[in-house]
Amino acid sequence: MFRLSSDAMRLAIPALSLTLLLAAVFWMQPRAVGYVGLNLLFNLAVPIALATIAQMLIMAVNDLDLSMGTFVSFVACVTATFLRDAPATGVLILAGAIGTYAALGVIIHLRNLPSIVATLGMSFVWGGLAVLLLPAPGGQAPDWVRWLMTVKPPLAPMAIVASIAIASVAHLLVMRSSLGVLIRGIGGNQRSVERAGWSIVAARASAYGLAGLFAVLAGISLVGLTTSADANIALRYTLLSIAGVILGGGEFIGGRVSPIGAVIGALTLTLAGSFLSFLRISPDWQIGAQGAILIIVLALRLMLNRLEKQEKRR
Amino acid sequence: MTPLFRLVSKPWIWSWLAAFVVWFLTIMVTLGASTLGLSQAALTFAAFSVIVGIGQMFVITLGPGNIDLSVPATMTLAGTVALKLMNVENGLILSGLLIALVIGLVVGLCNYALIKALRIPPIIATLSTSFIVQSAAIWTNRGLRIKPPSVLAEFTTSNTLGVPNVAIVALLISLLAWFLLEKTIYGRWISAIGQSMPAARMAGIPVDGTRFVTYLFCAVLASVAGYLLACFSGGAALNMGSEYLLMSIAVVVIGGTAVAGGDSNVPGIWGASLFMFLVVSMLNTYGVGAGIRLIMTGLIIISVIMLAGRRAGMR
Repeated sequence: MFRLSSDAMRLAIPALSLTLLLAAVFWMQPRAVGYVGLNLLFNLAVPIALATIAQMLIMAVNDLDLSMGTFVSFVACVTATFLRDAPATGVLILAGAIGTYAALGVIIHLRNLPSIVATLGMSFVWGGLAVLLLPAPGGQAPDWVRWLMTVKPPLAPMAIVASIAIASVAHLLVMRSSLGVLIRGIGGNQRSVERAGWSIVAARASAYGLAGLFAVLAGISLVGLTTSADANIALRYTLLSIAGVILGGGEFIGGRVSPIGAVIGALTLTLAGSFLSFLRISPDWQIGAQGAILIIVLALRLMLNRLEKQEKRR
Repeated sequence: MTPLFRLVSKPWIWSWLAAFVVWFLTIMVTLGASTLGLSQAALTFAAFSVIVGIGQMFVITLGPGNIDLSVPATMTLAGTVALKLMNVENGLILSGLLIALVIGLVVGLCNYALIKALRIPPIIATLSTSFIVQSAAIWTNRGLRIKPPSVLAEFTTSNTLGVPNVAIVALLISLLAWFLLEKTIYGRWISAIGQSMPAARMAGIPVDGTRFVTYLFCAVLASVAGYLLACFSGGAALNMGSEYLLMSIAVVVIGGTAVAGGDSNVPGIWGASLFMFLVVSMLNTYGVGAGIRLIMTGLIIISVIMLAGRRAGMR
């Protein structure tokens, strides 16, 4: 019989949930089928997918980033102000922010800090900087960012093309490069990676730096969609990104992550929002229903896992 | 081993030291004019963080990955429903408290049911529950702002012998938590589970039952905090719990409880809660803006855990 590797199985479940959800949306709203419909459905997925990849890189080294939402908000504020009015300064600030992320990784490693608390502290810092930049909602997206996010490629809408591109780049980076193996190795068994002669500090710094880079891209793409920014624009990204990684088959510990799964997880979360508005659920229960969808998808995953185990036993 | 050395080696001493330094720096600016007022305000606001922090501490003690994100939503729902039920009548105060406790129990039950039955990591399970609970709060609240019964409003905002009543309630809860943690077999069990779940299972500890009770305990404390906070602030608001998500985690860790689990302490929660409030009021006294205040708060949190980090991290 045709057999799936465990990695493929890990990916099959998130993909299946996404397909089911998409089928349900199309069934309820046939007009959503097609280029424009898909673009509308997945419009907001690009920044969430990028933030999810960033969170995944942190989770690959057994850490957790609670500052993701405030950081993406901060980047959005920089993009809507400096990156438009003074591109050189803007790029410098964003590079500095990525550097800060890498430095945070070094500090967390050297001082053996709990990442949850260190990033919690950083979330105050990023939030404060964002409030300093834009005390009230405002700013404007740079024209090239706006163009990039609204461009209409042939065949498939921008959101889909971008998601595939993000997934491929992240897959090459995390699953196929030696740095990616090293990063996941730290999550699996830090001591053995260390004994093999690798520098843990450098690897952790690069994991954090890469996460910073992806989070910066998330902030920039978010402003490209919303056209203006606000200090609280992306606060929910912290929890969304964690949920996206888990939905995509990632784990909190052990360096077991899946970039393609993470992007699929982000798409599922985005689609859940559209699905609910099609269901005409009262706005009071929108958040609650999102929670329920999360539970259902995870239950589905458990069921399929059990089935897989039974198959193996036979 | 001198008494001083023994004191310094306590994990909670750092948060108390930090709180004291910040308190001192603040009253220096006002030349001691606001000493009593500042201390009372600090005790009042710290009390709410202490109550939710203790619940969160018990959960975090259970080991890596254990965390309760449904705290803010539980607080909001308990506060909203209790005030609605009491409907400004003093006679219904106890039934209000009872319904708050029941809400806590139900949320805790849902949390653990998801963790156990669906094998979801606690962080995602409690997150999902919190979405549903938050929706329920929005649905029951409907923008109404019902005042608390007068006796209860009076109780939560006044002092006994100069000590705020809510702080006394928090102290009683802390004593109970300390007793549970240090003097009962249950306390030993959660520490054992936090240090190694397989080992605890081998040793015949009822792991599932203990974890279940702990999640119940955390949710119940969150609902009590929500009940008190709603009465203290003159009505329930939908966002009243939001700052307590990060706060409950921050006070646990700054207080010297090991994030990796298995080692917790109650006094540190008090030091950290006082510290968190005093930092904000110190920065307010110095007249800095909202942005700078947030940045300073973040940097101070990071500095504190860096100072105490080597000890907490290795555990």
